[in-house]
This record gives sequence, C-alpha cells and structure tokens, in this order.
Amino acid sequence: MAHSGGSQTPPLTARAAGLVACPTCGRVHQAQTVHCLRCGQVLASRDGTSMQRVWAWLVAGFMAYIPANLYPMLETTTLGKTQSNTLLGGVIELVLHHSYGVAAIVFFASIVIPIGKFVAISYLALQVQRPDRNSVHLKHRMLEVVEFIGRWSMIDVFVVALLSSLVQLGSVVSVQPGIAAISFALSVVFTMLSAMSFDSRLIWDTDTKDSETA
Amino acid sequence: MDNALTPLNREVSPLSNHALADLVACPQCDTLHRLVLVAAGQKARCRRCHSVLMSPHASAMTKIVMLALTATVLMIAAITFPFLTLEARGLTQRNSVIDAILAFSSGLMLPLSLAIAGLIVVLPLMRLAAILYVLAPMAIGWAPAKGAMRAFRFAQVLKPWAMAEIFIVGVAVALVKVAGLAILTIGPAFWAFTALVLVTVLNDNFMCRLTIWRTLEARRPHL
Ligand SMILES: [Zn+2]
Ligand SMILES: [Zn+2]
Repeated sequence: MAHSGGSQTPPLTARAAGLVACPTCGRVHQAQTVHCLRCGQVLASRDGTSMQRVWAWLVAGFMAYIPANLYPMLETTTLGKTQSNTLLGGVIELVLHHSYGVAAIVFFASIVIPIGKFVAISYLALQVQRPDRNSVHLKHRMLEVVEFIGRWSMIDVFVVALLSSLVQLGSVVSVQPGIAAISFALSVVFTMLSAMSFDSRLIWDTDTKDSETA
Repeated sequence: MDNALTPLNREVSPLSNHALADLVACPQCDTLHRLVLVAAGQKARCRRCHSVLMSPHASAMTKIVMLALTATVLMIAAITFPFLTLEARGLTQRNSVIDAILAFSSGLMLPLSLAIAGLIVVLPLMRLAAILYVLAPMAIGWAPAKGAMRAFRFAQVLKPWAMAEIFIVGVAVALVKVAGLAILTIGPAFWAFTALVLVTVLNDNFMCRLTIWRTLEARRPHL
C-alpha cells in the first residue's frame, strides 16, 4: 500500500465534517438525518449509550461466570456412582487422560478467553475517556480480537450438550448437564453483547495524533 | 487499488444527502473516503484503521446464492441423518443433531436446549433464508424484494450468533471425552455439518457488504 504522504493529511471523520455515517452500510448523511437512506438503520454519530451497555453486559457476564466455575458442569453416573465435574475439573480430567491437545482447547475456551475478555473490555472501556497518542491501533485490534474470539467459548456448552445426549446407556453410564452449563452459556452471551455494544469509533476519537494538526 | 478510496481533505463544502452517496465512512473509525470503483478480487482498506471496506468479487451475487442453497441442503441433511452412533457394553444408541439438542429439554435445562437449537440450527437457517431472500432476486437482475433492506440487516446482525463451526469443534472435544466410556462412530450428518461450515466460510468470503448495500440502493424502486 502506498502510504507516502498519506500521514501528512490528517484523516477527516464523518463527525468532524458535520456528517453522520451509518455503521451498517457505510452511507454518509447530513448530520440531522434520522434513518439511513440506504439501509434504514437508525443513525447516531456516536452511540451515546454504548459505554453504559458495555459495562452492564460485562458485569452481568462476570456475575454469571462465578457460578459457572463453582457449580458442576457435568454429572457422570457410572454403575451407580456419580461424579461431577466443574469447568476447570473437566480440563484437569482431560489432562489426566493425557489428551493434552483437547485439554488445551477447552482450557483456552473456558478459562483463558472469558477472563481475557473481562480484562480486555474493562481496560478498553476505562481507557476510552483518555486521549491517546500511540496505542489506538492496538486498542482497536484488541476489540476486534475480543469480538472475533468470544463466541468460541461456547465450545464447552456444546460438549456438555453432546455428552449428555450421547451418553445415556441406562444403568451402565449416563451423563447429566449441571447448572453451570446454563450460567456459563449466559456468561458467554452477555460478554458477546458487551463487546458488540462497544462503539469502536469512540476508541478512534481518543486518537490525539491526528487532531493536533487541526 | 490504493487510490480507490482517497481520504478527503478538510475543505468539504456542504453537500446534499444525494451527493453524499459517493462517500463512505469507515464503520470502525468514522474516517471519510471518496468511493471509486474497486476491481473484483481486490480489497480496499480504510486509510486510518486498515479495516476492509470493500472486497468485491466477480459475479458474487450468483456465487453467494448458489452457496447459500448448498448450505441449506446440507443443513437439512445434517439434522435428519444420524449424527453419531454410540456403543458400550452391547448397547447401541443412534443420535441425530436434534437428539443432541433435546438432551436438556427437561425442567430448568429447557431454556439452554432451546438456546443451543437456536445457535446451531435455527439462526444459521434464518441467516441463509435472509441471504437468499435478499440476493436471489438480485442475482437474476430483478429489483430487490419487499423488505430486502431489513432482511439483509437482520442477516448481518445474526452472523456472530450462528455457531455451527464452534459446534463442530465441540463434537471433536466430545469424541475425545467419550473415548474411554464407549465406542463412537461418526454418521453422515457429521460430514454434512462439516461441509456446511466450509460452505459458510466460503460464502462469507464472497460477501462484500458495502457492494451489496450499494447494489440494493441502486436497484431499489423509487419510493
Ligand atoms: Zn445504512
Ligand atoms: Zn477505519
């Protein structure tokens, strides 16, 4: 890409030009336009309630994640004996069975991604008020990664669903889903909603590198 | 390729909404660009945040419609054929995807089973239906169907919630977990589901949102 000279002209945002852009289809309108003329989306230069919704969903997601770790995800009954597994317990069991690759996938999806999301979204939300000269690209990348990777936490919920439907062999062995399956699923959904509520244009608004010349 | 979208200078004179149709603002960072033709197979990125703004493909509409039809057939196969067969101590059990979903369908777990049904079957099917509704008339050169704008916006919102590919990884993990308890055999529905995931990825790759929105706008009958 030819970047020569590109940095001399500071980028002009739709808002700075007195316009309002549609985040769904990219169409640009006069500032007072209410509905997008191309796709019908309700327009707002910046989503004013964005940060409120980000925090609300994030807190909800965190609250749901606590019982998800404490209560059993899965209850396995083998010849009359019942054994229950928590989120982390399932990972440990896989390690004990020497399924290291699968253990790594589940550990990543159920522990690393959710906790990483809580940290990353809180960090971005706290930083959104502060002017920033250098790390705007990095923050935007962070939000993109969080949005992209968050849905993959659902793996363990699907595993529980599959196991409890597959392993129903009467008295020999049967598997029941635990209550943590619900709270974990809710936690994933809430944090996905939190990341989606984040208006990434707010991150770019903190970029002072461009506005210095204005 | 680089000059397809040129950043605007500061002196933008007041433009009417009609003239503004030639501009595009990056949905990620709000930076304005002047829109020029982007050749098929090329990508136009935002000058500031480098998000892909446009990536048109040759006869994309026809390709998307064909792939969406294929995906719909595969989804129907995936939910009707046996998915997995389990054997342990002389007992055999065949499961379809529906069985896997209905595992939770008692008491408190019912909402969870409905949610899973939504994520792996209902929402992907709704998204395919919305895409076909919007693009099938367009692919044969007709004007967009009634409510096409709303349907395409709906398809865009649904995208992160259609989780067929995550379900496939879940199946792989479940296979490993169950290995000690019983013998598992993969049925034809599993392969249909895997093919569905590949077709969906290919389909999303052909989907240039901005191009489709602009085509929808251009062909819309006058209000
Ligand atoms: Zn729009
Ligand atoms: Zn951008």
